[in-house]
Amino acid sequence: MLKMYLEVIRIRFLMMLAYRVNYYSGIVIYSINIGVYYFLWMSIYGDKPSLQGLTAVQMATYIAVSWMARAFYFNNLDREIAQEIRDGTVAIQLIRPYHYLIVKAFQGLGEGVFRLLLFSVPGMLVVSLVFPLDLPGLSWDWLKFACSLFLGFIINVEVNLLTGVLAFFILNNEGMIWAKRMIVDLLSGLTIPISFFPGWAQAVLSYLPFQAISYLPSMVLVKGLSGDAFWHALSVQAAWCVLLAIPVQLIWLRARKTLIVQGG
Amino acid sequence: MRSIEARGLTKEFKVYQSRPGLKGAFRDLLNRQYRTIRAVDAIDLTIEQGEMVAYIGENGAGKSTTIKMLTGILQPTAGELKVNGFDPHREREKFVKTIGVVFGQRSQLWWDIAVQESFRLLKQVYQVPDADYKQRLDRMIEVLDIGGLLDQPVRKLSLGQRMRCELVAALIHQPKLLFLDEPTIGLDVLVKENIRRFLREINREFGTTVLLTTHDISDIEALCSRVVMLDQGKVIYDGGLQELRRNWAKGKKVHFELAREVDMSELEARTAGMPLRWERKGERQVVLHLEQPDLAVSDVLAQIVQHVHIVEMQIEEVSTEEIVRKIYQEGMTLA
Repeated sequence: MLKMYLEVIRIRFLMMLAYRVNYYSGIVIYSINIGVYYFLWMSIYGDKPSLQGLTAVQMATYIAVSWMARAFYFNNLDREIAQEIRDGTVAIQLIRPYHYLIVKAFQGLGEGVFRLLLFSVPGMLVVSLVFPLDLPGLSWDWLKFACSLFLGFIINVEVNLLTGVLAFFILNNEGMIWAKRMIVDLLSGLTIPISFFPGWAQAVLSYLPFQAISYLPSMVLVKGLSGDAFWHALSVQAAWCVLLAIPVQLIWLRARKTLIVQGG
Repeated sequence: MRSIEARGLTKEFKVYQSRPGLKGAFRDLLNRQYRTIRAVDAIDLTIEQGEMVAYIGENGAGKSTTIKMLTGILQPTAGELKVNGFDPHREREKFVKTIGVVFGQRSQLWWDIAVQESFRLLKQVYQVPDADYKQRLDRMIEVLDIGGLLDQPVRKLSLGQRMRCELVAALIHQPKLLFLDEPTIGLDVLVKENIRRFLREINREFGTTVLLTTHDISDIEALCSRVVMLDQGKVIYDGGLQELRRNWAKGKKVHFELAREVDMSELEARTAGMPLRWERKGERQVVLHLEQPDLAVSDVLAQIVQHVHIVEMQIEEVSTEEIVRKIYQEGMTLA
């Protein structure tokens, strides 16, 4: 089984290589985003040393880390699933002896690992030369960050699977996919760190899974969360990983029953 | 052991009906109307291990829907179904290891990567041991002549090349049962022949059961001894290809070229009482339609040959294709 999933990851690697242009354009887009948010936030900071418990340097680090983390956890699984349902290729997936959604998740992992190695790591090196960042040196913080980032990835995959599988019921869920993308970017703390939201919104967001995708992992690295604070963040993420798996599986089973294969 | 056992297999779909016009569209928003379509209507089907069966019918007769139930993709609305001893939908993951499927209109290879990468992934998916994988792959590469295609991405292959690779992909785990949904659609004669020969080979050697849907009657003639014909979701014929021909090929046609012009009435008079019909084609050409299969050509000849000088004659069997067309048009009322 494990061999099969490794093979799935490898194949996705090959496919990413087949579409190199996408990869290059991704680098440009992410660089622009990091630049834009960096200058925007620096002008908001002005000459204030810190806002909402984040210093200007921490903020710059937060921007760089959260965008580079996004390169890892972001994928278009929802769009791919919706596409396969719409054009009927999902039938091919169902004649294979594997769980379609788990294989999809591993494809997402293949994509994530590809971008992490060929994009985030070199990107981070470049960005840390251009902007003044405050990254920990060789320390356990990176391992903690890696754990937290991986859980964030799983949560994002589950959210994507959920959105994608809804295409079984609503054949054209393109609008929903776009809305979800915006919601995840905003509510996960990518565009605005959660600590900048008004108090009531922070209270609401702490009950939603989105902050566990990006905000928590980024804070682990930026603030160097340790001890109880770290374990609390990690257990919140783990809880969401488990909780979200339930509706994904339920909707999947329901979808398989009502499946109509499009186009013959 | 039986490959397929279905009792009263039924699949219904709900189809939403949209009301006409803008007003109708608004009403549809609030209250949608639908009707139920019975795509497959209580069919019984038993197929033994090692059989090669053609599953035919017009477009929309319910062939593809049946295949999708038999392969576990769709859940039947009603009826009992056992394929290779499994309930295809409920035990899907275990069940699909025992079948291979080729959909002529959909590719199961990965579009953007080399063919051999797809094979490697399928090897892992079906957990085929290295030795078996190598042996089977080498053999299929040789028989289907795809050695030169392995390092090409699938999108660069022609239809015939791709279809041969699809077959390899469907057989890499040596399934006991192979579903082919229009495998030869759009292929040239040589590729078709190559594929058919290969299918006969695996059927003979490994006893692989083959269920084939096709619109190409020559596929059936080349491969299948048994035909199941479907119309509007119901099985209207299930039996041998030979019997189908015998029952439906109501006689033959015989083309005569005569030495001199003969009056039709003379021919009719000499063969009076026989179940046949004469038709004039030209001055000296006539066609004899034998309207019952048990009427022998020699009996007719015996009646006329002493009075009419025959220059040339040609017996024409009714092709399976004509028979099938006739059944599609007239229904199965006579069989």
